[in-house]
Amino acid sequence: MDSYFHSVTLDEELCRGCTNCIKHCPTEAIRVRDGKAKIIDERCIDCGECIRICPYHAKLAITDPLEKIKGYEYPIALPAPSLYSQFGTKFTVNHIIAGLLELGFYKVWEVALGAELVTRAVNDFLSNKDFPRPVISSACPAVVKLIQVKFPELINNIVPIKSPMETAAKIAKEEMSKAGYPSEKVGVFFISPCAAKVTGVKNPVGMKNSAVDGVIGISEIYGLLLSKIKDIKKAPDLQKSSGAGVGWAISGGESRFISGLRYLAVDGVENVTKVLEEVVMGKLKEVDFIEALSCVGGCVGGPLTVENPFMAKARIDWLARNKVDKQQELAKHPDWQELMFTEKIKPIEVLKLDDNIAIAMQKMENLEVIEKFLPGLDCGSCGAPTCRALAEDIVRGQADEVDCIFKLREKVTEMAEGMLEISQKMPPSIRKKDK
Amino acid sequence: MRDNIVKPMVMSYFVEKGNFTCAGEASSKIKNKLMKLGFPSSLIRRVAIATYEAEMNLVIHSWGGVIKAEIKPDVVCISITDTGPGIPNIDKAMQEGYSTAPESIREMGFGAGMGLPNMRNCADTFNIESQKGKGTTIKMIIR
Ligand SMILES: Nc1ncnc2c1ncn2[C@@H]1O[C@H](COP(=O)(O)OP(=O)(O)OP(=O)(O)O)[C@@H](O)[C@H]1O
Ligand code: SF4
Ligand SMILES: [Mg+2]
Repeated sequence: MDSYFHSVTLDEELCRGCTNCIKHCPTEAIRVRDGKAKIIDERCIDCGECIRICPYHAKLAITDPLEKIKGYEYPIALPAPSLYSQFGTKFTVNHIIAGLLELGFYKVWEVALGAELVTRAVNDFLSNKDFPRPVISSACPAVVKLIQVKFPELINNIVPIKSPMETAAKIAKEEMSKAGYPSEKVGVFFISPCAAKVTGVKNPVGMKNSAVDGVIGISEIYGLLLSKIKDIKKAPDLQKSSGAGVGWAISGGESRFISGLRYLAVDGVENVTKVLEEVVMGKLKEVDFIEALSCVGGCVGGPLTVENPFMAKARIDWLARNKVDKQQELAKHPDWQELMFTEKIKPIEVLKLDDNIAIAMQKMENLEVIEKFLPGLDCGSCGAPTCRALAEDIVRGQADEVDCIFKLREKVTEMAEGMLEISQKMPPSIRKKDK
Repeated sequence: MRDNIVKPMVMSYFVEKGNFTCAGEASSKIKNKLMKLGFPSSLIRRVAIATYEAEMNLVIHSWGGVIKAEIKPDVVCISITDTGPGIPNIDKAMQEGYSTAPESIREMGFGAGMGLPNMRNCADTFNIESQKGKGTTIKMIIR
């Protein structure tokens, strides 16, 4: 497979080669090799679990630096709704938007407003189309990737509608162009809690090209933005979004406004995996709509956020309740047809053992034989997350049986015993006769 | 390699009566193995649904039984055998919406009477035999 871009990477300097990350990766995409973690790029869904778990902060997400906005005469900020949860409640959304303008953005177009448009689009779409149930929201790119890698059976259940970020980017650009700004001078930048969104912009799913020109991590600008916000005395009324859009930052926020459907909201990649597994087996018959977010709590728990996710969740709760009506904004914007995906979502077939099923079956048989001889401790010392994963790596030709320290010890003992036996053998010329 | 000389892979699981904690594990393992083997996702989904419904029926209605999957490169054969109590009227049991599940089971979200019809829809060949007092055997072929 070609080298494939994704956001989550390793800082080799900081990595100590421990086994924390390999154990927590939901797609078993990490191995430790030569004392350093290695990410198997095609398997990585950019959920950021390893970023959260690494005690040495050796995992990071590639994002764009703030300087990149200087490349455009008219840079536009697209703040994720979760940004609103990162500062104390004495700062309002208006303060935060004003702060972004202070940072050098020419305009701010709220992703929360994009989210409201998406909600409307999803509602219209679901009432107009016969769609395989339960439908699964496409809002979280890590979940979409998880489905591509691990649950390709469910690709047809994904709602084929663009994310709030893409919606916001598209409309922000259209508005600028209508107002006469030359398109090459306008750049839109997502202010992101999320590593998967970076990948989603570079390698979009469901569309040919992303309308977003750069993704800047919340953690990247946090300090600077806070210093600007602190200086703002009285912020003008800049917020256009309502509580309905802001609520998308937390688990359940999207579902709240899906009308007439029985919904289920699940967060945290492990929980999402369990739910999807049940969907495949036809177990969740009562559910029509699934909102699945990879991070615990939703985007407020994103790997690029700063604030404690539970505090952040509480703040979004308050905000979402406070301001639930500015619906006139929605009326200005296009109908849902324009927000549909234009490309089909494709499965990412990296988990199968071989392209040929017959050969894969033989490999599986070998794998199971090998697994029987491994200790079954899942200790991780071999660099694979479980004994079974090591067995799988061995049949794929990517590891060796003696990578297992217990196997190695066995081999060494065998050799030592052999040596001892040989060392006791004497040449016949000096051998003494037994008495 | 020619498909017909490949030795089929057999997976077999005992499913205990009334054990809701482990219910679904056998189906999940079969599904995951098919995925590793590279089967098309449409087949995997049908196998997953059919085995899951069968597994739940073993847990809910039978005295316990065995799910066996025989995997060949072009086909998956699934057989489910239990030791009783058997189904008195198969035609009735196969009807959509027919269920003898008691209220306590319905409260758990089962008992819509859709399990057997779902299995039949997922399978290319579906065969059920049952004798009251002896037990039930279902054979499904999915390709
Ligand atoms: N293995 C079995 N042993 C005995 N009776 C069975 C068995 N499987 C099914 N039945 C009988 O057939 C009926 C119909 O089964 P079916 O799976 O279609 O529906 P259900 O299990 O009642 O509900 P659902 O599958 O929708 O949760 C059951 O209610 C039960 O009476
Ligand atoms: S929950 Fe939100 S922040 Fe986390 S991966 Fe999904 S979209 Fe990104
Ligand atoms: Mg049933």
